Amino acid sequence: MQIEDQVLDGQERIGFRLRALYSGYGYSRYRMSKFEEYDLYSRNKDFLFSEGVITFTDTNGRLMALKPDVTLSIVKNGRDTPGQIRKLYYHENVYRAASTEDGFREQTQVGVECMGDVDGGSVAEVLKLAAESLRLCAADYVLEISHLDLLSTFVDRIAPDDAVRGMILQCAGEKNLHGIRRICREHGIAVGAEDPLVELLGLYGRARSVMPKIRSLAEEYGAGEYAAELSRAVASFAGTEMEDRVQIDFSATGDTKYYNGIAFKGFLSGVPGSVLSGGQYDHLMRRMGRRDRAVGFAVFLNMLERLTEEGRTDA
Amino acid sequence: MLNIALPKGRLGEKVYAMFAGAGFECPALLENSRKLIFDNEAAGVRYFWVKPSDVAIYVERGAADIGVAGKDILLEYRPDVYELLDLNVGKCRMAVAAPEGFRDDMNRTLRVATKFSRIARDYYSAMGRDIDIIHLNGSIEIAPILGLSDVIVDIVETGTTLRENHLEVIETIVPISARLVANKAGFKFKTEPIERLVQEIRKEVEQI
Repeated sequence: MQIEDQVLDGQERIGFRLRALYSGYGYSRYRMSKFEEYDLYSRNKDFLFSEGVITFTDTNGRLMALKPDVTLSIVKNGRDTPGQIRKLYYHENVYRAASTEDGFREQTQVGVECMGDVDGGSVAEVLKLAAESLRLCAADYVLEISHLDLLSTFVDRIAPDDAVRGMILQCAGEKNLHGIRRICREHGIAVGAEDPLVELLGLYGRARSVMPKIRSLAEEYGAGEYAAELSRAVASFAGTEMEDRVQIDFSATGDTKYYNGIAFKGFLSGVPGSVLSGGQYDHLMRRMGRRDRAVGFAVFLNMLERLTEEGRTDA
Repeated sequence: MLNIALPKGRLGEKVYAMFAGAGFECPALLENSRKLIFDNEAAGVRYFWVKPSDVAIYVERGAADIGVAGKDILLEYRPDVYELLDLNVGKCRMAVAAPEGFRDDMNRTLRVATKFSRIARDYYSAMGRDIDIIHLNGSIEIAPILGLSDVIVDIVETGTTLRENHLEVIETIVPISARLVANKAGFKFKTEPIERLVQEIRKEVEQI
């Protein structure tokens, strides 16, 4: 029996279309239980989007949680596949504390995870899928891409310790350049030492406009290899209709305890926050005893409620 | 058109003067009227006055593309926004104040009265100090006088109110001033007009 489009609401329609998209790229569905042992989340609190987790005691006495995240479960329950790539997608509900009010919210996520012998080609494919996901949701979209190791190279050369490093990275995520300068002065970092970082953060926009300057700045400060990776990751968009929708922006940061390499966020005109978030998370894999490399992203379907009718492409 | 949320009150008027000086004027804004929203299509701006503590919410939720909020509000509520410029106005500091001659007894939990619970918690937690937060919404200075708290964490501008109540600053937590903030998604789709505005306002800031 074929389900008529009109019986689905906007989120469901987009959810199913995204699943069809990922399936078409050879990703297979990953299904999971709604529950997971709480210990998994307590050990990786910083990886979660919000601190709160709904917990309960299982019939056998174990402390369980309603899933606040999907990636952690996939990583925990997976096995390394040396020399191979495992391509998965999911369509799941997660339960998170709302950021601005008390209480929890149920949120629907569709996403992909690519694990195993992940190389530049896999990262480029996931980026392409991210851009196509955004295009499926709305005509006016932006995919912003960053490189965390490149950014870290510029932060690490000035930050004397992890605390200062964290503060500088937070400012980078806020495009808060005056904040970076203030932190440097407060911690006795030489005047002007932060200039290369500030210059890097000021280089945002379409890849063809900013990549040459990023490459030359990165080479000067020993991060040429990372700039080349970033360049290769966005190269597949060159000459396509997506090219102008893809922007380099180093304010797309992530916790470097978990993430590395390419990081990205997606935005739709008319929706106030990012509707898509992803990147490489080899560091999370290592923390969980896995040797595989990994890259993935999630689309937050609840955010799409804010899309205006004229912006949608699912109608 | 850029939607701009300005904080009601003296700071907002000062900030509007900077915007007007930068070429984004909207004279109707200063007229006494019941209007809440003011447009200047030629300059490409639409202003609205909101409660200072609400500016960051309007910007984070995308009702405003940009806005002006105090650093105190940004630190307390941590909205997910870009902080593009320090406007160098509305300068004051977030400080710990206590009755004159106060000595902290490390054997006791420190009772801290404040409107800024998160800032106070972060500050003392970094020092490993056990505290009891007493969240108040106003007249914070009265709390230690009546024995409700040992110290207060609050904004200090000139220190006159503290002195008149026999309180003194014992620690400065962070300097505060007004910041120009932008909605993250709005910035992606209105990059050029926001950058142009930031560039012009920066010139105004440099003249302060």
